Amino acid sequence: MKIEPLKLLGSKPTRHGFGEGLVALGEENENVVVLGADITGSVLTSFFQNRFPERFFSIGIAEQNATTIAVGLALSGKIPFFSSYSAFAAFRNADQMRISVCYNEANVKIGGGHSGITVGPDGATHQSLEEISFLRSLPNMTLIVPCDYHEAKKATIAAGRMTGPVYIRFGRSAVPMFTTEETPFEIGKAQIFREGSDIAIIACGLMVWQALLAAEELEKRKGISARVINLATIKPIDVETVTLAARQCGVIVTAEEHQIFGGMGSAVAEVVVKNCPVPMEFIGIPDRFGESGEPDELLEKLGLTWREIYNGCLTALKRKKSEFSSFRRPTDLTFENKEV
Amino acid sequence: MDLGFFPTLTFENRKRNAKELAEIALVIRRDIINSLVLAKSGHSGGPLGISDFMASLFFGGYMKYNPQDATWAERDRFVFSAGHYCPVQYSCLARAGYFPVEELATLRKFGSRLQGHPGREVKLPGIETSSGSLGQGISIAVGMAISDNLIDKNNRKVFAVTGDGELQEGSCWEAAMSAAQFKLDNLCWIVDNNDCQIDGRVRDVMSIYPIAQKFEAFGFDAITIDGHNFEQIFEALDMFVSNHANKIRKPTVIILQTKMGRGVSFMEDNYEWHGKPPTPAEAEIALEQLI
Ligand SMILES: Cc1ncc(C[n+]2csc(CCOP(=O)(O)OP(=O)(O)O)c2C)c(N)n1
Repeated sequence: MKIEPLKLLGSKPTRHGFGEGLVALGEENENVVVLGADITGSVLTSFFQNRFPERFFSIGIAEQNATTIAVGLALSGKIPFFSSYSAFAAFRNADQMRISVCYNEANVKIGGGHSGITVGPDGATHQSLEEISFLRSLPNMTLIVPCDYHEAKKATIAAGRMTGPVYIRFGRSAVPMFTTEETPFEIGKAQIFREGSDIAIIACGLMVWQALLAAEELEKRKGISARVINLATIKPIDVETVTLAARQCGVIVTAEEHQIFGGMGSAVAEVVVKNCPVPMEFIGIPDRFGESGEPDELLEKLGLTWREIYNGCLTALKRKKSEFSSFRRPTDLTFENKEV
Repeated sequence: MDLGFFPTLTFENRKRNAKELAEIALVIRRDIINSLVLAKSGHSGGPLGISDFMASLFFGGYMKYNPQDATWAERDRFVFSAGHYCPVQYSCLARAGYFPVEELATLRKFGSRLQGHPGREVKLPGIETSSGSLGQGISIAVGMAISDNLIDKNNRKVFAVTGDGELQEGSCWEAAMSAAQFKLDNLCWIVDNNDCQIDGRVRDVMSIYPIAQKFEAFGFDAITIDGHNFEQIFEALDMFVSNHANKIRKPTVIILQTKMGRGVSFMEDNYEWHGKPPTPAEAEIALEQLI
């Protein structure tokens, strides 16, 4: 398959994709209902509320109650979406999600907004960096982290069309938009956004664009051919695409706006170690809380840009060549090869 | 009149009259405006609305604390369960002398100790606990009060503020149950009842009324007051102090009826000011009104 190079088409927050996706779903299926937890204008469930006020229910600042009310609605044949900030929609209601949503196989969809450090000045309390670890460990859960606005919209619509619990993780600030309405999207299918054979970079969320930038620089500066994979569905993980990347490229770097421990990179490592062990590097948050700051400033300072991916790739490639690899702590971001 | 950004005045904690406290409340309100306009994000409405009460609590001689020794073993403790109100707490702490008032200019900036929501990790003197996830601070306050009253059997008090929207979190009522069960007469729970939250009026988003009757049914001594009337604030705080001194074996709740954004005409009683800062032009008008 020939892959068209992806271009920057502007920028837009992924939450807009979620909000618009909900309205599209509401149009096609009258069983779609939405529950609000006070911050509807932030996570943009307000779009749905304005269009279908009779199918919108304000539950107040009560995430546990909203999650379990959603279960009751789902067990009555409705398709409920509940959304709040990920900090509260993935953790405050953790027990409810585990037992009432997942163990019931309830058709509940959760939209986790304002995720990651890019929520910015609100600080650590609001910067959810752990939900991938938690959610991917829940049986029956489907977990999607869209890379841009268009993908967020498609993921939301796909979530409403499938049966079973789904969590969609999206963000607050505007992020690069580089897929289009035509870019294919399928839950459970990773996409190769750039072909390459020396190394594979597997990313999700806003780090996918950074991965594409890093791949371009590797090509330009070093003649290294890097494959870039968008792993939007973290669970169920696309074992085939990940294994093939390990086999064909022989080395993998993962990148996510999330804790390294237990995150998307860990999910990839589980597949790689089992099917085709190769050296890996992990770009993410190194076992610390976030802090207040502007989104771009935080991405720079906490090491979530194309530069860290680039340096991580050089380090990983060196390990690919020398047969042994020295022991380093997984949270250690001091790469042996630090060029940029 | 040029007020300067953060003129260095400090206030000690002593018995005061309404007039003096009203002036301190104005200083606090100006600090809130000044720090938020520099931060370019943050919560204006709640902090401005509770400034009269905070001035009374911190500078009216009701709380025992020592800015030179923030972890003094005999201090009373203060917890903002509604962590987003922190700009008003930061102002009170700075004005009490816990840290330089100039530091208020760093609110919400990278590397600052004045995080967008209080973080214990960054070690700002006077911050007893991290908060920001609504409905948790109040249970932390209950734990502190149990430690003081039932284990250490000391004479310390615990003050904790929740919003009114915050009361929609079920865990608040778990905290209420346990405060009554453990007869925590050293706990003073303050509800800032401005009837505003992010999506609108609290009564429309999810009603929590009647508030006082709910707390009474849980076993609290409840008092509802005008949160902008200093005489009523004194009466309520005096009531708690006497409840504590007389060991009435019941927690106290003060329900403050306040106006969000109090003191700034275009913010007053408008829930749209829950979570945004003034622009520089708006701040200029606000500061003219806060004299
Ligand atoms: C558990 C949790 N859910 C949601 C939020 C997001 N949030 C922050 S403030 C707020 C509204 C709080 O309303 P209220 O307590 O009335 O405070 P006020 O609007 O008066 O400032 C919400 C929903 C949060 N901080 N914590």
